Amino acid sequence: MTDHPAGPKRVDDATGTSLVGHEWDGIEELDTPLPRWWVYIFAACVVFAAGYVVVYPAIPDMAGTAGWTSRGDLAAMLTAETAARAPKLKAIAATPIEALADNPQLMRIAIEGGRAAFKVNCVQCHGAGAAGSRGYPNLNDDDWLWGGDIAAIRTTLIHGIRSPGEDETRFSQMPAFAEILGKGQIRQLVSHVRVISGQDHPSRAAKAGAALFAENCASCHGDAGKGNRALGAPNLTDSIWLYGGTRATLTTTIAKARYGVMPHWETRLDAVTIKMLAAYVHSLGGGEASPAAAPASEPDVGT
Amino acid sequence: MSALDFINPGSGLYAKREPVFPRVVDGRFRRLKWLVMLVCLAVYYITPWIRWDRGQYAPDQAVLVDLANRRFYMFDIEIWPQEFHYVAGLLIMAGIGLFLVTSAVGRAWCGFACPQTVWTDLYQHVERWIDGDRNAQLRLNNAPWSAAKLGRRLGKWSIWLLIAVATGGAWIFYFADAPTLASQFAAGDAPFVAYATVGVLTLTTFTLGGFMREQVCIYMCPWPRIQTAMLDEKSLIVTYRDWRGEPRTQGVKKAASAGGRQGDCIDCNACVAVCPTGVDIRKGPQLGCINCGLCVDACDEVMGRLNRPRGLIDFLNLDDQANERAGARPVPVLKTLLRPRTLIYFAIWSSIGLFMLFTLGERARLAIDSAQDRNPMVVTMSDGEVRNGWTLKLRNMEHRPRRVTLAMAGLPGGRLWSDAMDRRDAARSITLQLAPDATNVLHLYVIAPGGPAGETPFTLTATPLDAVAGSRDARAAARDVKFIRQ
Repeated sequence: MTDHPAGPKRVDDATGTSLVGHEWDGIEELDTPLPRWWVYIFAACVVFAAGYVVVYPAIPDMAGTAGWTSRGDLAAMLTAETAARAPKLKAIAATPIEALADNPQLMRIAIEGGRAAFKVNCVQCHGAGAAGSRGYPNLNDDDWLWGGDIAAIRTTLIHGIRSPGEDETRFSQMPAFAEILGKGQIRQLVSHVRVISGQDHPSRAAKAGAALFAENCASCHGDAGKGNRALGAPNLTDSIWLYGGTRATLTTTIAKARYGVMPHWETRLDAVTIKMLAAYVHSLGGGEASPAAAPASEPDVGT
Repeated sequence: MSALDFINPGSGLYAKREPVFPRVVDGRFRRLKWLVMLVCLAVYYITPWIRWDRGQYAPDQAVLVDLANRRFYMFDIEIWPQEFHYVAGLLIMAGIGLFLVTSAVGRAWCGFACPQTVWTDLYQHVERWIDGDRNAQLRLNNAPWSAAKLGRRLGKWSIWLLIAVATGGAWIFYFADAPTLASQFAAGDAPFVAYATVGVLTLTTFTLGGFMREQVCIYMCPWPRIQTAMLDEKSLIVTYRDWRGEPRTQGVKKAASAGGRQGDCIDCNACVAVCPTGVDIRKGPQLGCINCGLCVDACDEVMGRLNRPRGLIDFLNLDDQANERAGARPVPVLKTLLRPRTLIYFAIWSSIGLFMLFTLGERARLAIDSAQDRNPMVVTMSDGEVRNGWTLKLRNMEHRPRRVTLAMAGLPGGRLWSDAMDRRDAARSITLQLAPDATNVLHLYVIAPGGPAGETPFTLTATPLDAVAGSRDARAAARDVKFIRQ
């Protein structure tokens, strides 16, 4: 940029406008006056800004005269949201849990509500996708220790499993067989369980284990080892293991037993949230039909 | 600089607006301007009120931007948000259309079709009806305030305000059912945003059309700068044939008797008096000129009275100016308009339009989108089978409920079912009811025998059951997905 020295005012020939004195590669800046209304708008903006600072909270830790705060705004929005949800929650509360499935729209709301509650209360053990981990069951599959229909799931949620301080909690206690059986016998039992779960071929040890199984385990796990939901005894013949199906983990399980704990949520969550959680867990793909419910064959997909 | 500079217009830092009182004129361009104005205003005010039957599942307004439901209706065309590229295409066409028009006839958009021009024109018409033509307006403007002047001003402003309210009011009807919104608006039950929109648009129409006028074009609008850059030496722009008009002479007879050459311009200032932006075209091309051609009409009228050929001021390009000045004959307008640049612009513009029309006619009205579950991606079932899950979005873009089958091809032993079904009903294909004009969301489970870890591609196909075979409605929507085993 070239600056022309101050001197007598030079004027642009084509427009008759005086020049500012700044030149870029031969192009000079004209001193075109601003329109007056433009100046007025500028002044009005300054006045507006002053008013804005006073009315609106523009200074830290000072509320504006209009009384607006972002926290107050959030509280108002939450109140409005709660009010908007109230009728739906009321409808869920009024519907027996087995009848939720008859009202697909309400069911969908319950599932979404459950999804939100799950993210807050359950993911710590069961994982964000409810896939569980060692010792914490995967809720997406069709293997249920205590029952997989929606009412049974709710019962588990309300009372928990081996939850201290809860009289009605789901409870089962497998003995630690290290004190009852010898190491060789436990090895034979492990061989039998590996056979009935389809992991190993029959062997002499397994045959011996079968006799031990009938004597010590069948009372809870059943003669065929298919488990008993009334007692929370797992099915030993399927492909799903809570703690693992290898020889080493099975040995530990039989010798020391496992006592997984789930809290009873009755005292922490309200009944509607628990109902929605049950609906969500039931919706994850392994949920079983309620004993009386008939399956719908041509579903009407909602929006 | 002192504070005085700020308020004193005489300092040269700030310019007071010089009011413009354009005189009424008649002629070919004025009539064209009337026609364009009539068409533009009619389209703007009437369009939202046109009804268009789409059946019970869609609104019956011909042109509707339904923001709440994310649909854009234009007669038989309905645009969903994921088809927004059609709107982008329209904007590209508008851009190239602007290139085309500007390279052919300069700032014709500014002079004839721009809303600022159309509404300013309308307001000036009202002004002439109340206050009279240019001279009467000038007299009234310079007269001291009196009851009569105040009465005229209030009358004029009231009519302006009515037009402004109608203008703002028409806008909101594009975004909701017009008759419903109109009765709500009158009863005070309309949403706040409707009143706010009408308020803002009333204010801007009243101010920009009544008072700002050419200031918008000269100071506020970016188009004049952009369009000036798009002009070339072949673009038709309003030009004063100074080689014919100069030297301009006011006393023709006196000058004739004095001898010496005299131009056709009699310096009557008719061209300046009719100009809506108050420029003197005889000074050459300038930013204030919006290419409306009213000065051409005014000058032609004067030349007619003087028995001189028309076109002392005319639409003329820069090349012709040089040629004519050198003595060449004027080039026919059509020859100037049809040249490679405008033809190429037109070809691009029209091929985009034709392409969009073609794709609009061919687009699918049933579509599948899928998102595979990622947490958990794979679920082992108690019988050892493996399950994957997808969130499936089936878009039914027809205005009727539809029955479709959702079937899988590939993945031996695989079955599918939805979250609204029982797993025992899992099959290779299931039947679904789709809600009309809606995205139908479902969670889909696919189960298959266990096997070695890896991906197995297969295809999900939604086939309508309710269409005549071979028709456009019968087209299936397919989606390739991968089944994953761990």
